[in-house]
Amino acid sequence: MQALSAQLLVGLINGSFYALLSLGLAVIFGMLNIINFAHGAVYMMGAFCAYFLLNVFGIGYWPALIVAPVLVGIFGMVMERTMLKWLTGLDHLYGLLLTFGLALIIQGVFQNYFGSSGLPYAIPDELQGGINLGFMFLPVYRGWVIVCSLVVCIATWYLIERTRLGAYLRAATENPTLVRAFGINVPRMITLTYGLGVGLAALAGVLSAPINQVRPLMGADLIIVVFAVVVIGGMGSIMGSIITGFALGIIEGLTKYFYPEASNSVVFVLMVLVLLVKPTGLTGRAT
Amino acid sequence: MPALTDGTARTANGRAIGDEMIAFILMTALLAIVPMTGIYPFFVMQGLCFALLACAFNLLLGYGGLLSFGHAMFLGTSGYVSAHALKVWGLPPELGIVAGVVAAAVLSVVTGVVAIRRQGIYFAMITLALAQLLYFIYLQTPFTHGEDGIQGVPQGKMFGVLDLSHPDTLYYVVLGGFLFGFLVIYRAINSPFGEVLKSIRENEQRAISLGYKTDQYKLLAYILSGTLAGFAGSLKVLVAQNASLTDVHWTMSGEIVLMTLVGGLGTVFGPVVGAFAIIAMQQYLAGFGQWVTVIQGAIFVVCVLTFRRGVVGEIAHYFKRSL
Repeated sequence: MQALSAQLLVGLINGSFYALLSLGLAVIFGMLNIINFAHGAVYMMGAFCAYFLLNVFGIGYWPALIVAPVLVGIFGMVMERTMLKWLTGLDHLYGLLLTFGLALIIQGVFQNYFGSSGLPYAIPDELQGGINLGFMFLPVYRGWVIVCSLVVCIATWYLIERTRLGAYLRAATENPTLVRAFGINVPRMITLTYGLGVGLAALAGVLSAPINQVRPLMGADLIIVVFAVVVIGGMGSIMGSIITGFALGIIEGLTKYFYPEASNSVVFVLMVLVLLVKPTGLTGRAT
Repeated sequence: MPALTDGTARTANGRAIGDEMIAFILMTALLAIVPMTGIYPFFVMQGLCFALLACAFNLLLGYGGLLSFGHAMFLGTSGYVSAHALKVWGLPPELGIVAGVVAAAVLSVVTGVVAIRRQGIYFAMITLALAQLLYFIYLQTPFTHGEDGIQGVPQGKMFGVLDLSHPDTLYYVVLGGFLFGFLVIYRAINSPFGEVLKSIRENEQRAISLGYKTDQYKLLAYILSGTLAGFAGSLKVLVAQNASLTDVHWTMSGEIVLMTLVGGLGTVFGPVVGAFAIIAMQQYLAGFGQWVTVIQGAIFVVCVLTFRRGVVGEIAHYFKRSL
């Protein structure tokens, strides 16, 4: 029971990261029609940003939770303005290749300066320790990660599906020319959306820094699992990516308890099964 | 959707075939004299294996418009199977190669049936995920020896006469294998099958409305590409005498894409040029450590932003020739 709930907790935490990352991917995909291969790299940049803020500027965890995503988001917007912008109208495979190249550059630079080993990032004092729930011991920080990521996911969902800004965004995805004719600056909206998606990944990076160590390749292998999550979920809806993200994290945790050998590959096996039954993914629209 | 590659050079088909013949003879002659020059043969053999791999990949992306981001799984799978067959089962090299190629063919049928159900970037993500699944399987199954890989694979005598431990013999066997694979791909491209494939790349809906079962064509291209990529993997085992996890990792898949992109998507000779360019770069820049990754990334970015036709594609476009 102890071990099972511990694995479920790990699964929920991984699920939080899957959800935050696939959510960012979905937001970016919606506006730019690009699968952002650099998403793992910006997640890593978020974690490193928090590390620098603490060790160079003495800025702690709480401000970093805001500052790091904003900084990395601005970096993302620069990337969109200088490079991704030029791919509009081209085959969307070029977007994947370009962001793959960017990921290699970012990861390579960090590997040069920090090697491949991890840097520690301490859990903030307020979130030290744990609570005994009777059937298990819940470290406070881990509980915080799950709650925080749920709140952010739902806030993003609300922003896109329920506000006027979100309505513009969704309209611009359907027909950018028409939305422009209404006097809305679509290119600026695209840039901001990319910044938002990248910022979400960076936030996931900051959240993960105290749990997983800060490493240059922390996003590299994670991103492929997130791709599988996206394929399973189908990326048809924002809510879809959130639910799929958490659900797959939990399934992964359960596998780790019942059949640990398959825990690395269970998400991919599920992807194959889902594709065989429903090629568009669970919440996906037909393309 | 705009075309993935540049079609202008393909206008005069008769002249195109002529140009390609001259280029092919030139390439074969250059490769055939390598052992007589002072060039390190191991480097060229490695280049040939990757060139075949990139050509097989290009058949799928350059002519079928399908970006497989998991082509390393064919390289790695056939490599492991060939290495195991040669070392543990003690098969002669020709049967070792056959075993590897069959394994890659089976794998391409299985993964193809799954992956071909989605298009575009989803196809890329699915192939990537399938390759990563195989990576984890090979990491855990005992026959691959995990992190160590299969080392010290014997080369043996091909058909009982060709002693592969002799560098020159090995070189010509690898060259023969490469040319065979290259011609199979060339034949496929210039067949009715290849024409249908190109029409799917340009506009799948139109091909469907013309009555072609496009899924079958795409699957066939995928299987052919995967099998030939496996052939490259088996040859590579004979050259390097080992099979390891690096050949299955997704960074290898990225390198295959890079080779093809640098050389020229949808050109006949582009992947060969690209493969040798990237292999040479890795060889000569090895001292820079992780900066090689950064340089590779930069090449990706530059190619996608300014240089989408690749080296051979740009040359062909400039001279209005087909290469």
